[in-house]
Amino acid sequence: MNQAPPGGTVYGVLLNYKGALAALGDAVNEPPYKAPPIAPVLYIKPANTWVGDGAPIPVPGDVDALQMGAALGVVIGRTACRVPLEAALDYVAGYTVVNDVSVPHESFYRPSIRFKCRDGFCPIGRIVDRVRAPNPDALAVRVFVDGALRQRNTTANLIRSTARLIADVTEFMTLVPGDVLLTGVPENAPLARAGQRVAIEIEHVGRVENPLVAEGADP
Amino acid sequence: MRRARVAYSGAIHEATAAGGKLRLEDGRTVSEDAVVWLPPFRPRTIIALGLNYADHAKELAFNAQEEPLVFLKGPNALVGHRAQTRRPDDATFMHYECELAVVIGKPARRVARADAYDYVAGYTVANDYAIRDYLENWYRPNLRVKNRDGCTAIGPWLVERAEVPDPMRLALRTTVNGKVTQEGNTRDMISDVPALIEYLSGFMTLDAGDVILTGTPEGVVNVMPGDEVVTEIEGVGRLVSTIVGDEAFGRSTRQ
Repeated sequence: MNQAPPGGTVYGVLLNYKGALAALGDAVNEPPYKAPPIAPVLYIKPANTWVGDGAPIPVPGDVDALQMGAALGVVIGRTACRVPLEAALDYVAGYTVVNDVSVPHESFYRPSIRFKCRDGFCPIGRIVDRVRAPNPDALAVRVFVDGALRQRNTTANLIRSTARLIADVTEFMTLVPGDVLLTGVPENAPLARAGQRVAIEIEHVGRVENPLVAEGADP
Repeated sequence: MRRARVAYSGAIHEATAAGGKLRLEDGRTVSEDAVVWLPPFRPRTIIALGLNYADHAKELAFNAQEEPLVFLKGPNALVGHRAQTRRPDDATFMHYECELAVVIGKPARRVARADAYDYVAGYTVANDYAIRDYLENWYRPNLRVKNRDGCTAIGPWLVERAEVPDPMRLALRTTVNGKVTQEGNTRDMISDVPALIEYLSGFMTLDAGDVILTGTPEGVVNVMPGDEVVTEIEGVGRLVSTIVGDEAFGRSTRQ
């Protein structure tokens, strides 16, 4: 099994699809947020969340369904600190498909560790060389639950493109080879329950497919 | 036992405290100012607490929380003892945070409070700087505030658990240029160390090298380039950090 990420840190970004931000409507200007995000709002999918293609995603007993977050993972290939926009894609080694799993939650005010960082909540697919996806900003994204197409979107709908995201993130923190930067999760992430299988496909990059199992159940 | 990781004479070494000096694993004994101090262990997941002392929560005008305020950091944030931390020239309020850091020693899943200390390898001191100018109300405290390169000093030593019999009764103190600016005691944590291990291991499996920065008491003040900030925890260590400006990092300075 491919054991990505190769020794790095996995960073996700909140509300980077135009539709995801729009779905919040006027709430972005109301308490507790009071304003839309200015800089990229990042979070970390820690080591306990990483699993490979085919591994089970545990569904906690007190949760009905989990959100399947279809994310393009940008695998960093060179140390990236204060990278200019024009050169940003030179720092990419390749891409992968990531399922950024969450327990559904309403508020984005506080970091959602308990909802996003449970064991098995970050299936990561195989890494493909960046030449396979020369334009990361026009990739079709599809999510299937038990074989049925449940979501379609495209990385053309990102607020910050892959290059822009790398530039803006490395202004305040250095990314190193093996780090994976997720470019965001589209709005209306499909829900899936224990007993179902979810597959995420990203054009030219690949597919990651995992079964959902009740937490604590025998595999 | 007190362990450190240091760079000395062209290589990185594991070292232990030996009568005011450092004994490298290869047998050499060197003085503490002859080495470059690195974070004293190799970090896996870096977990941090916000608002975990009642007085500090009050200082920042927050109400009591429903559950611990937890956020994560990347390894880029960590630097060792006697390192530099950059204060961007456009910042108006950058403060230190003296924190007890708890290093996990083995896999921990659904650990009961009563067993929690069995999973602790040891303790160290962290200084988890924040630059409040960059706070946004999205996943607050957002990573632009809390995951900047070199903004979390940690060390000098990883002190074995057995040397710290009661981690919930340790005095914390910060000085800036020798003047005491922050004083507190770990007994005033809202969620204590066993509670944090029970809470976190209830939904995520902790493992060796994971570290929990347990939050800071009141008394945070603005620091400026040139300031020497010393965060100290009774029986654990004395961590020295120096603030530098953009110029030291080759960034353009304010007009």
